[in-house]
Amino acid sequence: MPRPEVINWLRTQFFPQMWCPGCGHGIILHALLRSLVDLGKSPDQTVIASGIGCSSRMPGYINACTVHSTHGRSLAFATGIKLSRPELTVLDVMGDGDCSAIGGNHFIHACRRNIDITAIVMNNNIYGMTGGQASPTTPGGAKATTAPYGVMDPSFDICRLAEGAGATFIARTTIANPVQCEKFIQDGIEHKGFSVIEIVSSCHTQFGRRNSCRTPIENIKRLKDASIPANKTKDMSPDELADKIVIGEFVNKKAPEYTEQYLSLIDRVKGD
Amino acid sequence: MLKTAFWQGNQAIAEGAIAAGCRFFAGYPITPSTDIMEEMSRRLPTLEGRFIQMEDEIAGIAAAIGGSMAGYKSMTASSGPGISLKQENLGLAYMAELPIVVVDVMRGGPSTGVPTKVSQMDVMQARWGSHGDHGTIAYSPSSVQECFEIAIKAFNAAERYRQPVLILSDEVLGHMREKVFIPPEGSYSIVDRKKPSTTVENFVPYQADPEDDIPPMASFGDGYRWHITGLAHNDFGFPSAKEEDVEKNISRLVRKIDRFRDDIVEYETYEVEDADTIVLSYGSVSRSSLRAVKDARQRGLKVGHFRPVTLWPFPDKEIYQLAKKVKTIIVPELNCGQMVLEVDRAVHGKAKVVPRNLVNGELFKPDEIFRAIQEVV
Repeated sequence: MPRPEVINWLRTQFFPQMWCPGCGHGIILHALLRSLVDLGKSPDQTVIASGIGCSSRMPGYINACTVHSTHGRSLAFATGIKLSRPELTVLDVMGDGDCSAIGGNHFIHACRRNIDITAIVMNNNIYGMTGGQASPTTPGGAKATTAPYGVMDPSFDICRLAEGAGATFIARTTIANPVQCEKFIQDGIEHKGFSVIEIVSSCHTQFGRRNSCRTPIENIKRLKDASIPANKTKDMSPDELADKIVIGEFVNKKAPEYTEQYLSLIDRVKGD
Repeated sequence: MLKTAFWQGNQAIAEGAIAAGCRFFAGYPITPSTDIMEEMSRRLPTLEGRFIQMEDEIAGIAAAIGGSMAGYKSMTASSGPGISLKQENLGLAYMAELPIVVVDVMRGGPSTGVPTKVSQMDVMQARWGSHGDHGTIAYSPSSVQECFEIAIKAFNAAERYRQPVLILSDEVLGHMREKVFIPPEGSYSIVDRKKPSTTVENFVPYQADPEDDIPPMASFGDGYRWHITGLAHNDFGFPSAKEEDVEKNISRLVRKIDRFRDDIVEYETYEVEDADTIVLSYGSVSRSSLRAVKDARQRGLKVGHFRPVTLWPFPDKEIYQLAKKVKTIIVPELNCGQMVLEVDRAVHGKAKVVPRNLVNGELFKPDEIFRAIQEVV
């Protein structure tokens, strides 16, 4: 049972929520709220933006300043909000399709700008809401309604994509590790700059059902068994790592943050 | 003494926006609108405003809408292809009732068209470009002076009616340089969005005031918590697919503009009182038309000019009244006939409507319109 302080952050009038029973996203919602509570954040100073999809329905359940925007575009809206009011805590919750397909351009540029937004990518390897189509993170060979013979194109590694694009805090975990979810989200919020926390989630309804993993518990076990901490992968070959989910903090570095730079620009030129 | 400047239309729109209180701009470069963005990038930081160049047109309008959510008067600018890309998020701003000004400096299309030349091909895109029903407000300036003034009007309308407002400028106007009289601050009215006066606990984000159908708008960070969504929603701002909620939501988006149609509609007439022929045109074309009408008057022809300043809402009632008194209405446009469809609809067969179309990337010359007048009188 969630703590009362956590429940205070919820719009419980909409419960039960619309996710399938056993959906991994609820674990992420709970971890996110615990992070906000533990950091002492105030709901009226916290903005949570999202795009479209199962994951993007999350802000609707959070009693803060919430934006359910257009598919893939949430980071661009969040950027406008953060630049307007840098004092606000701004988070963005996305699905894998939202982040790495339709919103790929917005994602890499938010990474590049290093604007102080925490992006939580809920990667369940499938388009769940529309009924199980292949996403850019559906593993090769896996079946989806638009890949009935198995996916043939290689999948994105969201964390490496973020690293290449310049994000300054990057971590990955899975819903099989809720404590680590909470820790990485907290670290991401506290980090000054653009943070990416990829949380590998599960969709037994649309992904598992077609890929021999029909129940929620089988999916969590699948993620748990596949997880391997980054520090144990040094001597592993690419073949050995092929089916693994490497978890851990990959990047945590200081770099000039966008809104800080913008405010110092104002100090330099105002009144000119 | 009035302050004067020698500006291009694009610069005048940027300066007018700043005069209106615009302090947020996000966009993406595109010919022929880029000068607006460049001007804002130079000016806004000096005014403690916000400027950001985004990764594409879609993000440009999204970030600008984000600025509006956080309380800023906010703007983006683009041209044909960019406006096409912005339609998705323009729809969100209509649905979630987020004020924003979108400038479209029109160039030729379809597709890339002729980026450096003038057209008026976005008239219908401005009205129907985004899917779904909503009221539309679109202004069409015809001089650099008016670019400045209309930028102020556009912000006032966006703030008052809580929705996107478009400025349909064009390439000729955007890059034409003219003398502008800058009205002193305080001499023009500035409208700010209504803010909620209820307590945080009693705030119902989409509960419209019955007297104007417009809900007061809170800004993120001001203490109110609310949900913004592109889904049909109830008064609490939460998604709803209930018939009564959806009906109420969508019909109000149209009604809130319809009921203030007479306040919004603007037009200008020249020598229409005794005219039996009217030239009806807007934007830069109206400059050629006016010259042709004056030349025709000098030769004793009873010709007048009607210029819609708002293309949307369209001044149909006013045109109907005029149509009852004249024989012919000539409609020159830099497209294959867009606004003429509205003119046709407005005149109800009371006058003959003669389209004149030009799509070669040039502006009508006055004598081309003069010849059209000669052909009908």
